[in-house]
Amino acid sequence: MSPTIQDHAARKRWMGLLAKAPPARLSALVEALGPTPGFTWLRAPEVGGVMMQGRMGGTGGRFNLGETTVTRCALRLDSGEVGHAYVRGRDKDHATRAALVDALMQTPRAGAVEAAVLTPLEAEAEAAKAARAGKAAATRVDFFTMVRGED
Amino acid sequence: MYVAVKGGERAIDNAHAWLAEERRGDRGVAELSVPQIREQLALAVNRVMAEGSLYDPDLAALAIKQARGDMIEAIFLIRAYRTTLPRFGTSRPVNTGAMVCDRRISATFKDVPGGQVLGPTFDYTHRLIDFALAAEGEPPRAAEAQAQAGEMPRVTDYLNLDGLIQPEPEDDETPPDMTRAPMEYPAGRALRLQALTRGDEGFVLGMAYSTQRGYAKNHPFVGELRIGTVAVEVDIPELGFAVEIGEVVLTECETVNQFTGSKTEPAQFTRGYGLVFGQSERKAISMALVDRALRWQELGEDNLGAPAQDEEFVLSHADNIQATGFLEHIKLPHYVDFQSELELVRRLRAEARASQEREAAE
Repeated sequence: MSPTIQDHAARKRWMGLLAKAPPARLSALVEALGPTPGFTWLRAPEVGGVMMQGRMGGTGGRFNLGETTVTRCALRLDSGEVGHAYVRGRDKDHATRAALVDALMQTPRAGAVEAAVLTPLEAEAEAAKAARAGKAAATRVDFFTMVRGED
Repeated sequence: MYVAVKGGERAIDNAHAWLAEERRGDRGVAELSVPQIREQLALAVNRVMAEGSLYDPDLAALAIKQARGDMIEAIFLIRAYRTTLPRFGTSRPVNTGAMVCDRRISATFKDVPGGQVLGPTFDYTHRLIDFALAAEGEPPRAAEAQAQAGEMPRVTDYLNLDGLIQPEPEDDETPPDMTRAPMEYPAGRALRLQALTRGDEGFVLGMAYSTQRGYAKNHPFVGELRIGTVAVEVDIPELGFAVEIGEVVLTECETVNQFTGSKTEPAQFTRGYGLVFGQSERKAISMALVDRALRWQELGEDNLGAPAQDEEFVLSHADNIQATGFLEHIKLPHYVDFQSELELVRRLRAEARASQEREAAE
């Protein structure tokens, strides 16, 4: 069975959410899931770098902007599902939990994991983004014309 | 006569132990934590990340602590750490058009869609020392307003609609990487931008300022300055698709430069581009000005012999780690070198004296 584009889109979404999650929050939510299945490492967590690229003028040719640290790992649950994680930073626990949830999302527990981990992470990320956008909006300049020189 | 010596190990060990003690400072004063530096000296952290060319706020904060606040020393630590990292891959180009902006201003269009959003800026402060910060107490919470839905389109896109500005067509050619291959000149714009974004802020600022003062003047307007968060997306070979690995804060500056046309190009506006890690707008604006100055050749402008037009001069002196490495090495023992200089000067003086004595005798 080969994964469909929709499967990719769904997995992209949760892998992105897990990578961007505040590590302490992800830890608490995974903890609250209760016992998680055993797993073996396919690739133990390792720290490396990714070169970020930009585009000239924001839209043109590529150039190398500089690197970021990233931690990656891959694991296989005892039930066989494989979870991957690529997480910016050097937090191996964060990467481990992200890979574990990625694997759990491929099991029959996916619905429960979605509700207990992904839904709150998404809501909190939206709320944090909205709060920041609200502060930015409060610094938007409202110009008003004092004298119009049209006479 | 020079005799080779070794030693100094005890002195060096003791010097480093004293350095650690001095770093800690007065033990009656609470020690700084790395999260305190990351959160409260964020712009210093941003500078260390930008010039260290490695986005990792915790690591940059730790480097600042270890370096006792010496920024170039902290950048050196980051650069050294960076070389130990295996390269997992390359991100997709960051989409700054989709940036979630904390700040977004244009000096060219007042009524730009999305508005002029000041963000957490030092602009319009009075630059008076705030003695209240020396006392305890939390600041009041920042005001919030209803955020407007909708995108913040690029200001240069408007000019582009009328063909009044040089376009930046998308191009996916793999850019050269100065961390993987030695610099060669002419470097080309991709390599210039990489070198400038990690270049010393003071140097890039000085070069940019020189263009404003008339050394290859290029009449810049800040078309747009935006600071905010973008996602970093990386293709994962084992999965066969790209995932977001996290978010980074970037500062982007696009300048719109007057251009009266040249032998090869019609009269139109041209661009300079700056993109820097973190909230780093002085650096981003400087980068854009220097980028524009270095584009004289492709735009068919005259070489005025200005320093900011000289690609090799700018790029080979922009890196503060290279610069400080070469500069500071001269304080390390050069006993043998100097001994030979000393002998040379003594011999020349002896020869001159001998010849004077001969002349006097004749």
